[in-house]
Amino acid sequence: MSIALSAEDISRALVRISHEILERNHGSKNVVLLGIPTRGAHLAVRIAGIMSKIEGANIPFGTLDITLHRDDLRMRPPKAIMPTLIPQSGIEGKDVILVDDVLFSGRTIRSALDALGEVGRPKTVQLAVLVDRGHRELPIKADFVGKNLPSSLDQSIRVSLSETDGTDEVVIEPRVQL
Amino acid sequence: MKHLLSIADLSAAEATKILDTATELARTSDGQIKKLPTLRGRTIVNLFAEDSTRTRISFEAAAKRLSADVINFSAKGSSISKGESLKDTALTLQAMGADAVVIRHGASGAAQRLADNEWMSGSVINAGDGTHEHPSQALLDAFTIRKHLGKGSSDLQGVHVAIVGDILHSRVARSNVLLLSLLGAKVTLVAPPTLLPIGVETWPCTFSYDLDSVLPLVDAVMMLRVQQERMTELFFPNPREYSRYYGLNAERMRTLKKTAIVMHPGPMNRGLEISAEVADSARSVITEQVSNGVSVRMAILFVLLTGSHLEVGSM
Repeated sequence: MSIALSAEDISRALVRISHEILERNHGSKNVVLLGIPTRGAHLAVRIAGIMSKIEGANIPFGTLDITLHRDDLRMRPPKAIMPTLIPQSGIEGKDVILVDDVLFSGRTIRSALDALGEVGRPKTVQLAVLVDRGHRELPIKADFVGKNLPSSLDQSIRVSLSETDGTDEVVIEPRVQL
Repeated sequence: MKHLLSIADLSAAEATKILDTATELARTSDGQIKKLPTLRGRTIVNLFAEDSTRTRISFEAAAKRLSADVINFSAKGSSISKGESLKDTALTLQAMGADAVVIRHGASGAAQRLADNEWMSGSVINAGDGTHEHPSQALLDAFTIRKHLGKGSSDLQGVHVAIVGDILHSRVARSNVLLLSLLGAKVTLVAPPTLLPIGVETWPCTFSYDLDSVLPLVDAVMMLRVQQERMTELFFPNPREYSRYYGLNAERMRTLKKTAIVMHPGPMNRGLEISAEVADSARSVITEQVSNGVSVRMAILFVLLTGSHLEVGSM
């Protein structure tokens, strides 16, 4: 087991991502952050907090649950369905930033794009992730990355956040065979 | 979980999981788009060997909202009326590739028999078998009670429910007694002695012959239909007398707590077990039960048809 990102690393990465989002979108006026539960949702709240401090304006944020849109529902038991909460302003014509903890096969994000299509038609959709571990199975790429962690398939990446797990850290460990 | 045959098979955690899933699914159907791609390409057969309006339509709507293909199949107009056995019907469905069969049958245990034999590989969902159980109805009743009286908690601790009427013939009552007590509610059955089953004292509930003494105590009252089609003997002298002692009318409704709700699984005999005034009153959640039924049945299909069932009986 090795620690890939410490609490300080995570907070620095989130500050940088926040700045990059503001730079790319020329400010925060049209931006909506949507986190993918569970940990992506917490990250979206944190990024919204950092961005609103920088800009001195409210940044709308919400959650987008993708469980019902997964393409592997036949293969493995699904996680519990979490709420999808879209901010009042909606996503129609907005620049939507999807936020997730780890980008791996890209299938979660594909499901998220489907789920988003049912809510409305954003102007652009961008993707922010804390960790990109490679091994993509679909043509999907993140716009904002906390850290690239090239990993082997027999490793697993565990993201802990203080909201759910008590501490902030990203750990690489050998995959547990079930 | 592969099948849903009886509430007796469920743990409190499994029941709560279905109810929580239904809560989230109800939230999605409040939005504009009601169709989800979740069960695309799966086939669900509604096998109804006994008449039904609500349950069949509700399962059909639930399956369609999850994008599954639905085949409806009722005894009238099918080979069942020519005398085909349950086994041969099941083998036919298997050959057609049904992923799940929703079965309503007049014989208690029909769903269990379908699930226990290796006639078909899909999930079996009991939509009412004889006078045994009707688990999806109990789940939607618990969902409705939780929504109105659950005070935000996931169980029904401290809620008191009266189930009134033809307990003897009621699969709804059997499933509800098991489920509501599993979730922590107190249940009181109210019926004339002739309509209480033998051995009711071993059920996880209390019972009474006197409706008027029970009504002021409860948070929800569930009226059951007098099932004349199953009554082969004389259980009460005449309908007027039954209605006088066990019918819920406006006058009796006024003795309920202010927050109490009135439920009925349908179809109602207006004027017999429930008066029209009560059925149409603001306390009645009868039509809401129907809409909740769709969300709960979506949750049942979702829980049973997603995931591999490797955890079930594999070594």
